[in-house]
Amino acid sequence: MENDYIVKAEGLQVYYGASHVLHGVDFSVKKGETVSLMGRNGMGKTTTLRSILGFVPPKEGKVEIFGQDMTGARPFNVIKRHLAYVPEGRGMFHNLSVREHLEMPARAGMDGKRRWTFDRVMETFPRLSERLDNMGSQLSGGEQQMLAIGRALMTNPELLILDEATEGLAPLIREEIWRIIQIIKNDGISTIIVDKNIGPILDMADRNIILVKGNIVFEGTSDQLREDPEILARNIGV
Amino acid sequence: MDLTTILIQLLNSVQYGLLLFLISSGLTLVFGIMGVINLAHGAMYMIGAYLAYAFVEWSGSFSVALLLGIPVMLVVGIIIERFLIDHLYKKDHLFQVLLTFGLILILNDLQSLIWGNDTHGVPIPEVLSGSITLTDTMQYPVYRLTVSAICLVLALGMYWVIQKTRLGMTIRAGASNREMVEALGINVRTLFTIIFAAGVALAGLGGMISAPLSSVYPGMGDSVLIICLVVVVIGGIGSIKGAFWGAMLIGLVSTFGPILIPSLASVMVYLVMAIVLLVKPRGLFA
Ligand SMILES: Nc1ncnc2c1ncn2[C@@H]1O[C@H](COP(=O)(O)OP(=O)(O)OP(=O)(O)O)[C@@H](O)[C@H]1O
Ligand SMILES: [Mg+2]
Repeated sequence: MENDYIVKAEGLQVYYGASHVLHGVDFSVKKGETVSLMGRNGMGKTTTLRSILGFVPPKEGKVEIFGQDMTGARPFNVIKRHLAYVPEGRGMFHNLSVREHLEMPARAGMDGKRRWTFDRVMETFPRLSERLDNMGSQLSGGEQQMLAIGRALMTNPELLILDEATEGLAPLIREEIWRIIQIIKNDGISTIIVDKNIGPILDMADRNIILVKGNIVFEGTSDQLREDPEILARNIGV
Repeated sequence: MDLTTILIQLLNSVQYGLLLFLISSGLTLVFGIMGVINLAHGAMYMIGAYLAYAFVEWSGSFSVALLLGIPVMLVVGIIIERFLIDHLYKKDHLFQVLLTFGLILILNDLQSLIWGNDTHGVPIPEVLSGSITLTDTMQYPVYRLTVSAICLVLALGMYWVIQKTRLGMTIRAGASNREMVEALGINVRTLFTIIFAAGVALAGLGGMISAPLSSVYPGMGDSVLIICLVVVVIGGIGSIKGAFWGAMLIGLVSTFGPILIPSLASVMVYLVMAIVLLVKPRGLFA
């Protein structure tokens, strides 16, 4: 059904100045779906996310959010339609405490309910509850990542977008993050995962998309990728 | 200098410092969070003073003047932000300086057209026109104390909003990472309009409550702009706390400086700024 789509982007052509970065990318996420976006460095993963969200408006193409045309809309307007974005680099506020990071964006979800509350975030991220009065800049990388995810959850989104959520983290912390992503998935929240750890991605994703130089070269299930490892080897190098 | 003089000068410097803080707070927030240098900030102070004059002339009441003047200043702020400043966010500081300087010229001309070039006085409101006796030999005007009290209450209120409310958290977050605020689904442009209009209203209010103390005259905003820029730079651009302590410091220096070292009276404030910047190049609280 058409209105099962949370995000439906078609034919995205994106430029940074004169350089042509996305060459007609189609990208969609349905309700309840977990979609991964893979590719080597600089292939356009972040750009795909940012053009959907309105940070880098596409020169051509169309972006629909819940069936509504949002092409060229400003990011806040796209995101407040029940999306949440955890950017590369985590986007901490150095001058806000952990508690304030969570209180500031808190809002009800699409159904008017607040399934994710301060208390529930504390339960999910016990490490943060020990750090409530610390400033964003005083946290370790793993704690920052948890805070970025917790902050996104406080907006009670239908779709959570995670760009390199495990990058630069120690293996144990990474596992913790994957565990949390699984909780979020089980909660019924759709997710877009950009990551370089193929193993956990394949376990988690319902659908995988591989980008090479701004073109989609593969789209399919995790089983398809497991059966034909050549695809990953050729396009990602593992 | 005897003790009484010192005490009176101290009260004066606190009153001047608090008033400077009220006016500078908007300038530092707009600069720090929105990245815009608003040279017309002093002109907002001037408009406030002229509005106080006009509304007192018309209504005979200072409170009515304040009640009318503050919403007018808010509207002025919203209009300037929406129609002029809005075009500057992604531009170089040079454009900001040119546009807001142009705005000073336009506003000064408008002032001259509407109210002429005479100096006007605004009477101190009747109930506040007395003095209170502090010691046997010392009297202090009630109106000056009232100005200090108003500024102090507003300073505390501002502190509360910025530290304790979600609007305040959002403002601080915007100073740290504007794009991330937008990425949380918050309309940063609306936030900017609120900050700018509040800053303009505070500067205007500063002008209104100063009017009975300093009289109302053309170009009165220009020197205020300079001194506020000094306050903002000393305190650290974007820091409200810095603006507070910067303003108190300038209040002290410009009250006691001329008494202690008369020959340096006119440059004292700038000397202090230079010294602060030598020690802390980014200001006290940056
Ligand atoms: N702001 C920018 N200005 C100009 N070029 C950019 C900008 N951001 C990204 N690019 C270029 O666009 C291309 C795609 O970048 P993008 O960040 O989308 O890649 P990515 O797949 O997310 O890579 P990574 O794995 O390194 O995060 C790269 O060649 C990059 O150099
Ligand atoms: Mg990237």
